[in-house]
Amino acid sequence: MAVFTVPNVKLSGIAACVPKRIEDNKDFALLSEKERELFIKTVGIRYRRVAEQGVTASDLCFTAAEKLLSDLNWSRDEIKILVFITQTPDYLIPNTSSILQERLKLSKNCLAFDINLGCSGYVYGLSVVSGLLQNMVDGKALLLVGDISTKTISMQDKSTAPLFSDAGTATALEFSANNQIYFNLQTDGKEFEDIIIPDGGYRNQVSEKSFEVKEYEGGILRNDLAMKLDGLKIFNFALREIAPNINTLLAENKIEKSSIDYFVFHQANLLMLESVRMKLQIEAEKVPYSLYDYGNTSSATVPLTMVVKLREQLTKQNLNLILSGFGVGLSWGSAYIETEKIVCSELIDL
Amino acid sequence: MQSEDFIQKFALCFHQTEPASINAETKFRELEEWGSMLALIVIAMIDSDYSKTITAEDLKSVTTVAELFEVAKNK
Repeated sequence: MAVFTVPNVKLSGIAACVPKRIEDNKDFALLSEKERELFIKTVGIRYRRVAEQGVTASDLCFTAAEKLLSDLNWSRDEIKILVFITQTPDYLIPNTSSILQERLKLSKNCLAFDINLGCSGYVYGLSVVSGLLQNMVDGKALLLVGDISTKTISMQDKSTAPLFSDAGTATALEFSANNQIYFNLQTDGKEFEDIIIPDGGYRNQVSEKSFEVKEYEGGILRNDLAMKLDGLKIFNFALREIAPNINTLLAENKIEKSSIDYFVFHQANLLMLESVRMKLQIEAEKVPYSLYDYGNTSSATVPLTMVVKLREQLTKQNLNLILSGFGVGLSWGSAYIETEKIVCSELIDL
Repeated sequence: MQSEDFIQKFALCFHQTEPASINAETKFRELEEWGSMLALIVIAMIDSDYSKTITAEDLKSVTTVAELFEVAKNK
């Protein structure tokens, strides 16, 4: 297990942006009315935000970053690191972070790169940015995390279509000699096919066959350019791995579970998260959920949940937080972070 | 882990199927309500109530509730 601590870094601010367009799972035609009710009750997702054609994850992150920089009153010249985490980049080539560096008018003395990760991406991104910042006295960084997963799924696939939603987020971090962030990051590539878009990369390049719509169990229709998700295997994975990952992070760093104010989980599935919560023996009020209103926004769920459910607490109080992400890869991880009255911008509807 | 207790808890996972209609010999995958959502609920119930992890393959490998009980018990 990769359990480690990064010194000299603090989280200073956070912002999120979602598309204005809302879809309601009560209108999801592939499920019967009773199935829709059971889905909303069990999985916990009612509404989803869907980006209009032409709007990308970087557009949502850009808007969140502009708002955050304005609310923080940071000079753009001060920002030395820009990391963009997404599985829906603007282009296959080049990296979207370079485009964002230009759009945000950041200095040429700013390093910028993309990371391809999904649901674990926010926690991984925090670790990468923190690692870079720790020796950069007076350094400031932007971590932009977002996806437009609704563009990766088949609308004829009831195992994915009612789950996914779009969002972009921005997190500001800076060098601080008095703060640190603790991590426990893990990977299991054996299960990489559990969440996959099979074609369109360089293992299986796009061909005519990629567009052939195939029928799968339960009347699911999709081609090989759409995301396949093995929900039951991911459910088992989460039940097996998430609680031990967090317990190890706490134990290795001698952090009392009772000292944690909130556990912010990747918003995958209410039943799954409630099972994990019970395994960890956490009080319900310490686990905020945003998935009813915003669905599964991939890597953005953790910061989005912080913005829409903990904004007041984050701005007015010092908090001890556990952040936990898990999914595609399979990749998972948790972070322990102590926030000190950070800037938390109001959610932006674009 | 007792069979009767398991069957009762299994039956309570369903929302539209009358719990009394479910017994040890019920072929649960043939029930109208059975589907991926019910599979999640059953996996979560067995995990939380018995601390046993059953998989999608386990669910597919059995026919009756009694057979599922045996699989879960032997985990």
